[in-house]
Amino acid sequence: MLAQIKKKIKSSDIYKSIFRHGYEDTQRNRALMVVDNVFLHLHPVRVSRHAVNYGYTWGMGGISFLLFIILTITGVILMFYYRPAAEYAYEDMKYLMNDVPFGALIRNMHRWSAHLMVITVMLHMFRVFLTGSYKPPRQFNWVIGVILLLLTFLLSFTGYLLPWDQLAIWAVTVGTNMARATPFLGHQGPFGPELGMRPDNDIRFLLLGGTQVGPPALLRFYVLHCIFLPLVTAIFLAVHFWRVRKDGGISGPSPKKI
Amino acid sequence: MHNLLRILGNPDNFPIIILLFTVYGFFIYAMKKAKRNDERGVPYEADETDKVQVWPYLVRIEFIAAIAVMAFVLAWSIAFDAPLEEPANPTLTPNPSKAPWYFLGLQEMLVYFDPWIAGVLLPGLIIIGLMAIPYIDINPKGNGYYTFKERKWAITIFSFGFLVLWVLLIFVGTFFRGPGWNFFWPWEEWDPHKVVAITNVDLTELFGIPTYNPDGTLNPIASILGGVVVIGYYAILMPIGWLWLKKKMPDFAEKFGLTRYVITSYLFLTMIALPIKMILRWTLNVKYVWVTPWFNV
Repeated sequence: MLAQIKKKIKSSDIYKSIFRHGYEDTQRNRALMVVDNVFLHLHPVRVSRHAVNYGYTWGMGGISFLLFIILTITGVILMFYYRPAAEYAYEDMKYLMNDVPFGALIRNMHRWSAHLMVITVMLHMFRVFLTGSYKPPRQFNWVIGVILLLLTFLLSFTGYLLPWDQLAIWAVTVGTNMARATPFLGHQGPFGPELGMRPDNDIRFLLLGGTQVGPPALLRFYVLHCIFLPLVTAIFLAVHFWRVRKDGGISGPSPKKI
Repeated sequence: MHNLLRILGNPDNFPIIILLFTVYGFFIYAMKKAKRNDERGVPYEADETDKVQVWPYLVRIEFIAAIAVMAFVLAWSIAFDAPLEEPANPTLTPNPSKAPWYFLGLQEMLVYFDPWIAGVLLPGLIIIGLMAIPYIDINPKGNGYYTFKERKWAITIFSFGFLVLWVLLIFVGTFFRGPGWNFFWPWEEWDPHKVVAITNVDLTELFGIPTYNPDGTLNPIASILGGVVVIGYYAILMPIGWLWLKKKMPDFAEKFGLTRYVITSYLFLTMIALPIKMILRWTLNVKYVWVTPWFNV
């Protein structure tokens, strides 16, 4: 009876229009599983055996991407409960931590995943260096990777301000105070005053929208954190992955050498 | 001891513990693999050039890794709440004020350099230097497998920068820096009124040349001498390195080229300037090497 229903469903027009392949254990079907799937077609159909060895890649690139996805999902949920205005931001955080169902869990996941992503991105880079995987033909993909590392730091740093508590405002104050000392562009930097830089027109003012970390800075960091930087990161991620494929997949010893 | 427990107990510092264990753990692991490959001559990775199908051999690993990471993040999030301190108050500065943990290496450099170097120039050079790596490392060996023997210089320099100057300084900034950014051993109590004798002097003052005249104006001789030291550091060491390279490894110098050498040696000498300045501070209490009316080095 059940088998008959199953067969009926599986042979229906609707089912066949959605799922094109079963689990038949044939080379052809396995290949089709990858190339016919929008998410999996990022992969080649076949990879060399050492490339699936966890001890070689440490899996850090993939884990970084997974954390980016976790952060996107939890971040969108957090955006439902958070208003980036100085009079509301901290109240919304309290509401989120104490009253929203699973609010604290979602926020914790966002916070800890963000920390973890900084670590996994650094480890990914370290692995790529130690295996010499930035060497030809992958030189430019390493450069894109450095940009992604920078974007990861910027994403984490802009997100640091949003809770609008003492930790947030002072950590960001310490960080952005550096911009004051930018040569030529900061009012305390070398040749800055000579070029007419003042606290209210230098590069730090541009970043914060004020002379100190205040409500305009909160809004700027919010927009950067939730819209601008994730979009830019997604674009660079696409290029990064595409180039991994185009440059011959996971690096390995060149066959010519052996 | 009390402070150490408090820092260790801060859930925001847990990532740093993970960082330390993973970074140094993975480094040891990678070097073991490198040693194994080097002893064998042919890398073990080369044995497995046959292909496997992505479905299921790669997809299943990704799937399991994804589940493991999500389970870990979930468990961590259930066990520890992300901190939420008092509301932001621009009139109440906490002491110490610390940047996010991954920037503590940069904040630690502020002890030794002015903000325009520690906060702007050096971070900029780190990014540019990282991007330049594939173009200045022209050694074709060691592409796609673990090795140390074939890339001694590259691995030594990169690991020194990453493991010591980046990760170790983050560790110091987190665990050893207390009020006033003063150094405290873990067993010491954080005393916000700790008195630190200001004994720092400029390099030229060690040779009896005061940086400032009695009337408070800058002493031009000290300024010029400081400039000679800083510019001389590059102007003397860079040619010496080039001549040494041409003598010892003429083929390599030919292939490497002068442009690449100038960029590489500039980045390298700038990186090494950090530990040099640190040692000068610890041993001779040197504050500035070069004082000018516009900037200090």
